[in-house]
Amino acid sequence: MEQILEIQGLAKQFFLHEQGREIKSCRDISFTLAKGGFIGIVGTSGAGKSTVLRCIYRTYLATQGSVVYDSLSYGKLDLVTADERQIIHLRKVEIGYVSQFLTIMPRTTAKQHVIDGALDAGFSYEESVVKAEEMLRYFRLSETLWDIYPNTFSGGEKLRLNLAHAMVKAPRLLLLDEPTASLDNNTKLLVKELLMKLKKEGTSMVGIFHDLEFMEGLCDQVYNISQGSFQKSREVS
Amino acid sequence: MENPVLKIDHLTVRYGKTCEYCRNGGELDKNTCPHCKTVWACNDVDVSLYEGEILGIVGESGSGKSTLMKSLYFDFDITAGEGYLKNFEDGKSDIFAQSLQQKKYIKNHIMGMVYQNPMLGLRMDYSSAGNIAEKLIAAGHRSYDGMNERVAELLDAVEILQSRKKEPPKNFSGGMQQRVQISKALANNPAILLLDEVTTGLDLSVQAKVLELIRKIRQEFHISIMLVSHDLAVIRMLADRTIVMLDGKIIEQGLTDQILDDPQMPYTQQLVHSLL
Repeated sequence: MEQILEIQGLAKQFFLHEQGREIKSCRDISFTLAKGGFIGIVGTSGAGKSTVLRCIYRTYLATQGSVVYDSLSYGKLDLVTADERQIIHLRKVEIGYVSQFLTIMPRTTAKQHVIDGALDAGFSYEESVVKAEEMLRYFRLSETLWDIYPNTFSGGEKLRLNLAHAMVKAPRLLLLDEPTASLDNNTKLLVKELLMKLKKEGTSMVGIFHDLEFMEGLCDQVYNISQGSFQKSREVS
Repeated sequence: MENPVLKIDHLTVRYGKTCEYCRNGGELDKNTCPHCKTVWACNDVDVSLYEGEILGIVGESGSGKSTLMKSLYFDFDITAGEGYLKNFEDGKSDIFAQSLQQKKYIKNHIMGMVYQNPMLGLRMDYSSAGNIAEKLIAAGHRSYDGMNERVAELLDAVEILQSRKKEPPKNFSGGMQQRVQISKALANNPAILLLDEVTTGLDLSVQAKVLELIRKIRQEFHISIMLVSHDLAVIRMLADRTIVMLDGKIIEQGLTDQILDDPQMPYTQQLVHSLL
């Protein structure tokens, strides 16, 4: 099967100059993600799960290893060493990142936030409006919320807005950083349903979840990360 | 790989006569030569700015951020270095080596500057419309009606009421003065906008308006922006890439979220860890 992501020997250490300390966050991380596949990562808090995702997204500079992504724009590219301009382009059009936190410009409505995502990806304003409305409907964000500043949204609404913002550009690879951490069961079920729909439509995903039950039927493979080791814990056929 | 719209190589601005010690790369006390007291305000700075991107510049006071911006706008004479603009003679001529007339052309047609202090960018006693018209006239506009129309368009873009266009900026609040400065800087559709601490000293709601305006400008006009700010939240919100300056030098640069979440250099870590 064709791979979209091949991670080999990834390690990340943080060196804190002021304290003169080195913190080892994760090491020896290797896995591959097939096109249209979904890999789940579980592990205790502080085991380095988010570090792995952030190294893929290049928010963190990996200390060792490679993250080879098969991009539409540049072919196979090691995200660890790729040029910053290439990473910016990939983030705009190919790779999405979703967490439970909403980062939004002040005085920006929910709908405008999603429109901005589409504009970044290079769509015209008119196209962006149409796509944004489609996405907001897809992620079932009530129309009454579209023209509101999202600071007052509930956790579930913020997450669905985050997903709409990330998905409006139809990324090929979606990174999910504990998106369901603060959600109630009903909202979790809704998110799971939406993620399954995205998967069926061909989006490749790597996600961190605390809830094993949530991953049932969603992930093709589950990796367990704990101090010093990264192991495949389950494969769903 | 794409070509940058602006490329600065080895930019150096220094004040003082220099001595053999500092000329030969001797260690400075911050940015000052311990022997001859020459100040190296910008020291061998390389910057590339790409089309449609916002490049953030952070660093402590005196690190050379404003010197870099003002040098690019020809407010300071540089000591050494070269600069190339994609929109000026196909990026083949050093902008710092041009005649005064050519530099004026670049300032009026290719670049716009918004200063931290509106007193530097605006004539406080002229009307707001007059301030903008001055920039249009400098770029060769002569039709009164045409200029009036453009002024109205620009004031609308920055949300200044037409009814106040005849008032001088000295009557305006700090946020409104910044918005008049931005409209003046945008008057001739520059390819590059230099924003030096534009949100400093503004209250949160006015700051939000200015940020929204910057985002809108980037989206609508596809301008490349260099943005100096002490406010790391503003940098995180707007900048695609960020450079960190210390003692006149660039010590670190990268994707904005990488610089703020995984800073590598001791000073950058200190800066990020000082965030409230």
